[in-house]
Amino acid sequence: MNGGERKARTTYREAVREAIREALVKDERVFLMGEDVGHYGGCYAASKGLLQEFGPERVRDTPMSELAFTGAGIGAALGGMRPIVEIMTVNFSLLALDQILNNAATLLHMSGGLFNVPLVIRMATGAGRQLAAQHAHSLEGWYAHIPGIRVLAPATCEDARGMLRSALEDPDPVLIFENQTLYPMEGELPVSAGGVDIEHARVRREGRDVSIITYSASLFKALAAAEILAAEGISAEVIDLRTLRPLDDAAIMASVARTHRALIVDEGWRSGSLAAEISARIMEQAFYELDAPVERICSAEVPMPYARHMEQAALPQPETIVATVKRMVHANG
Amino acid sequence: MGEFRMPSLGADMEAGTLVGWMVKQGDRVRRGDIIATVETQKGLFEVENYEEGVVQELLVQPGTEVPVGTVLATLTSEGIAPPAIPAVAQPVAATEPAVKPAPAPPPPQPALSPQKRLPVSPSARKLAAELGVELGAIRGTGPHGAVQRADVERAAQEKKGAVPTQVPPAAEKPPVVDYHSGMRQAIAAAMSRSNREIPHYYLETAIDMTAALRWLEGGNQRRSIKERILPAVLLLKAVARALAEVPELNGLWIDNRHQVQESVNIGFAISLRQGGLIAPAIHNVDLLSLEELMAATCDLIARTRSGHLRSSEMTDATITVTNLGDLGVNTVYGVIYPPQVALVGFGRISERPWAENGMLGVRRVVTATLSADHRATDGHRGSLFLEALNRHLQDPEKL
Repeated sequence: MNGGERKARTTYREAVREAIREALVKDERVFLMGEDVGHYGGCYAASKGLLQEFGPERVRDTPMSELAFTGAGIGAALGGMRPIVEIMTVNFSLLALDQILNNAATLLHMSGGLFNVPLVIRMATGAGRQLAAQHAHSLEGWYAHIPGIRVLAPATCEDARGMLRSALEDPDPVLIFENQTLYPMEGELPVSAGGVDIEHARVRREGRDVSIITYSASLFKALAAAEILAAEGISAEVIDLRTLRPLDDAAIMASVARTHRALIVDEGWRSGSLAAEISARIMEQAFYELDAPVERICSAEVPMPYARHMEQAALPQPETIVATVKRMVHANG
Repeated sequence: MGEFRMPSLGADMEAGTLVGWMVKQGDRVRRGDIIATVETQKGLFEVENYEEGVVQELLVQPGTEVPVGTVLATLTSEGIAPPAIPAVAQPVAATEPAVKPAPAPPPPQPALSPQKRLPVSPSARKLAAELGVELGAIRGTGPHGAVQRADVERAAQEKKGAVPTQVPPAAEKPPVVDYHSGMRQAIAAAMSRSNREIPHYYLETAIDMTAALRWLEGGNQRRSIKERILPAVLLLKAVARALAEVPELNGLWIDNRHQVQESVNIGFAISLRQGGLIAPAIHNVDLLSLEELMAATCDLIARTRSGHLRSSEMTDATITVTNLGDLGVNTVYGVIYPPQVALVGFGRISERPWAENGMLGVRRVVTATLSADHRATDGHRGSLFLEALNRHLQDPEKL
C-alpha cells in the first residue's frame, strides 16, 4: 500500500460490514443470510443497516436451523448466486457440519469437476467475552482438516475488509472465522481498500530468536509478548497464518530457518489441533533447522469457563507466551 | 591380546591425528569394521580393523597426533570378556546359529553403553558439521544440557582463537588441519621422491575406441540413467585385463626389490574440488563386472569427495590410472606414485583421422600412455601391455 493513500479510522466490525456492503453493491448475485442478520443487524452488529439499504431479498433473516439455511446457501451457489451465509458462532456451525463437509466440500469432487460451490460462510469464533462453553470455542482447526474448503482467519481490519472480496471471487467454498473479541478493535484502512491475498501468511513482526506462529486474536497476544521479550533482549518473529487451509508451509519454514525455534499459539484445544499439524510439518520439513523442540500454547482442554478469571486462565496469554519463549531461548545448562 | 595401531596411509605418512573413535570400550569389533577416523595430510580417513575381538582400552584421546605405528587401542581375543564389563553383558557369540528350535524371548539389551546419546539440537548438529566442530567437545547450555547453535558457534570461535595455544586440553579441540597446504605438501613429497628415485620410461599408443563405444552405447540404451556405464570404467576394466597378461606392471618396488602383486587394485586418481588429488584403490578390478565396477567407482568418488575413504583404499593400490580426458587433454605423461611401478594415463576420446587397410576414415580415438619404472620392467613388457590393452578394447563384450 503506498503511503500517499488517504486512510480512515475504522473498526474490525465496520470493516466486515463495509466488505459485505461493497459486495452487495458490486454484484447482484451476492446476498446475505443468517440468524438475526436483518432486523437485528447481526448478533455482532456486522450487518447493521444493510436490510434497510438492500431490502429483505438480499439481507435475509433465517429460522434457527443452521443445517437448513447452510444447505440453502449451497443450493443457491450451485444455482449461480454468490451467497454469504452467516452462522452466529462456530459452536452452532456443528449443526451445519453435514452440509459443509458432505456437500459444500465434496460436490466439486463428486460431480467430476462439474459443479463448483461458490459459497462464503462467515462465523464468529473464540472466547474472551464470557459466553461460556456453548458459544466460545475455537473450532476453526477442525474445519482446516477438511479438503475442499478454504479456511480464512482475518486478524486485522485490513484482512477483515479484504478477505471477503477475495473469498467471493473464489469459485469454491470459503469459510471465514471472525474472532468475536476482535469486532471492537480499531484500526486504519485506506479509503480505497480492496481485496487481499488469501494464499499467504504474513510476517507481522520480524525477529531472530524465535518464530511465534499464530493467527486471529492470538496474533495480538503474540505481538504484545514480542514487545515484552524485546525489552529483555529476545527478538521474536510473529507470523500471522491468515489462511488456515491450505497452510502456507513455505512461510512457516522460511521463518523457522531464520530463527531456528518455533512456538505455535493456537486458541483451539491442544490435542489433535491445528498447532499439532503445524508442529508436525515443521518436523517434517525443517527438522535440521531446529535448535529447540517446537512448543505449543493452546487453550486448556476444558469446556470454556464462564467466570472471567477462569476463562482468561484457559486461554493463551502474553505472559504464557513470554515465559515459554524465555524457556526456549535461554540457556539453563 | 591384539593391538590397534596408527596405520600408515601412504608412502609419506609419518604421523596422523586421531580424530574420533567409532567404538568404545567393551565393543565387539570384527575384521573390516571402521573403528576410528584419522586425519592425515591427505584428508580424513575411516580406519578399518583387522582383528576380531573386544575393545579393551582406548589409549589415545581424540585430537592427538601420534607417529605411525603407535598403539591406539588394545583388543582382547574373541570371547574373553574385558574385565570392566559384567559377564552377563557379553552378547551372544558371533557364530550363533541363525535358527533356534524354541526361541526364548530376547534377552534384555545389555546396558553396555553407559554413554548417553548427546542431546544436540538438529540445527546445532548441522552447523557443527558445517563448521567442522566436534560435538563431543562442546558443553551444551540449552535445556537439559542440550548443545544448541550458540554453543557450536562459541566452540567454533574458541577453536579459531585457540590455534596458537600449544597445549589444548586433550579431546577438546582437535588441531586445525590446513587441507590445502597439507595435501599439497603430501603430493609434493610423493612426487619429488618419485622423480628422484624412479627411472621412468614412457610409452604411448593411440587406440581406436569406435567399436568399444558403440558396444557401450548399445548396452547403455537398455540401462536406466543411473546404471549407465561410463567409458572410463571400460578403460579401467581393460587395464585390469591387460595386467593379467603383463603382471609385472601390477606391483610395488619395496626394499630395492620388485614385488609383483596378485590382487589388481587400481588406484583411481580423483581430483578434489578444493584442489589436490587422491588416488584411492578400487579393489580387485579384475574380478568385478562392468556394472559392479561402475558402482564401485561412483561410490569411491562420492566418498573421496565427502571425506569417507577407508584406510585400506589408501594403502592397497597396486597401479594407478589417471584419466584427464574430461578436461580435453589428449595425452597424459604421468608420474608414478611410489612404491608402485606403473601408471596408465588416458586422454580425451576424440574423433580423429584414422588410416587402416589403405583407407582413411574418422574414428573415435583415445591416447593411452604408460609411465613405468625401468627398475621393474623394460619397454618391451610395457609395449606388450599397451598392445594387450588395445586388443581388449577391440573386443569389449569380453571385458
